[in-house]
Amino acid sequence: MNHFLTIEGLSADDLNGLLDDADEFVDVLHRPIPKVPALRGKTVATMFFEPSTRTKMSFEKAAKALSADTMSFSPGTSSLSKGESLKDTVLTIKAMGTDAMVVRHKATGAPWRIAEWIEQPVLNAGDGAHQHPTQALLDALTIRQHFGTLEGLKIGIIGDIRHSRVARSDIQAFSTLGAEVTMVAPRTLLPVDPAVFAAAASENLDEVLEDFDVLYVLRVQAERGGASVFPSLSEYTDRYGITTERFARLSPEAIVLHPGPMNRGVEIEGAVADDPRALILDQVFNGVAVRMAVLFRLLGGESSE
Amino acid sequence: MARVMDAGDVDRAIRRIAHEILEKNRGSNDLVLLGIQTRGVPLAERLALALEGIEGSPVAAGSLDIGLYRDDLDQRPKTELGATTVPVPIGGRTVILVDDVLYTGRTIRAALDALADIGRPSRVQLAVLVDRGHRELPIRPDYIGKNVPTSRSERVSVHLVERDGEDGVVIESREET
Repeated sequence: MNHFLTIEGLSADDLNGLLDDADEFVDVLHRPIPKVPALRGKTVATMFFEPSTRTKMSFEKAAKALSADTMSFSPGTSSLSKGESLKDTVLTIKAMGTDAMVVRHKATGAPWRIAEWIEQPVLNAGDGAHQHPTQALLDALTIRQHFGTLEGLKIGIIGDIRHSRVARSDIQAFSTLGAEVTMVAPRTLLPVDPAVFAAAASENLDEVLEDFDVLYVLRVQAERGGASVFPSLSEYTDRYGITTERFARLSPEAIVLHPGPMNRGVEIEGAVADDPRALILDQVFNGVAVRMAVLFRLLGGESSE
Repeated sequence: MARVMDAGDVDRAIRRIAHEILEKNRGSNDLVLLGIQTRGVPLAERLALALEGIEGSPVAAGSLDIGLYRDDLDQRPKTELGATTVPVPIGGRTVILVDDVLYTGRTIRAALDALADIGRPSRVQLAVLVDRGHRELPIRPDYIGKNVPTSRSERVSVHLVERDGEDGVVIESREET
């Protein structure tokens, strides 16, 4: 593994291997001194060309817990606003000395382009509506911690699947790990061709709700055109929102996940988000552990290739 | 390939080390055995059983993975992380690190760093099944199953039933690297 760009192409063994390492890093993060020296002397650059707080901070915390140094970059205050090209920005940061680049970009495929320009590992922290592979790992880890395995679980992904890189990565990861995934959304938010995805599709949440072991609630993404494709937010909430009434109809073992940031009262009711069976803050915690696992896999030890 | 210990030798060495541990520590109170991944782990479990057999009370045994603490991460192939399982808090107790082969001492250096991040034992001792010499750091074992003089071009392999289907220690010459 030279880069970490996509879930596509990873086997169940690959994914479980990363999750096994992440389990060890969960233990490390629970220790009195939650830091190990594994990546001492390495530098990780976090380059977020699109705003993010949690993913950027999570990668930085992961790098620091492995004793790597971090450099960060945000487009608003950088030379990009002076007209510098992406390639020049990347080569400039490479010249400063970095051992890995964590990239988020609104353009699909940007991390792949960057991986062609530099020999250091590139980690995709989200590209357009395409992939967000570390999110899929942290979601899979949270589910695996709770149920022990994803094999045979029924997972419903509810919301704006068409514009969601989280859904794309999650569907690939969950189905590879043996779960049965159903996409639930109004037609305008389902993929244009649902058959391309390793998942069933439904437009009626109330018909399928009670089957699910895991309810994965996506954010209504106004910035990607989400709000313009259904009549009103309140109608969306009526048909697809996870209200306390819908939550009560789930099996008592079922759990609720959300990638954040949440629109409380839109796709998820506040009381559901705060229920102990909503593992949203566990997801955040696990995010640090899976990013440690990926950074350690890419930077710890000589390449096995 | 030369066999330097057979199954009986391994078993007797473990039982002798158990007696030495009890003598040196005046019993098994406050002992925690931590086996270094991978073959130190079953050795620590066997030592714990031997100690329990002699003293009659159970002794805590766990595992330590030092993959995150190596000083030669850049020079060795990647391996997946093993489990670090510390069964009881080690603060104030005597930790006995258990490994199969003591060679350069770098693994033990890493293990001491790993321990320091987990707690502050009152004492740390080291038990190894085989000491093959060639130390690169000032590290000395407290308990030794067998001293095996070797050359650097040789390879010492410890086989344990739990992982390899049989007990024994062999020396092989490896191709020039």
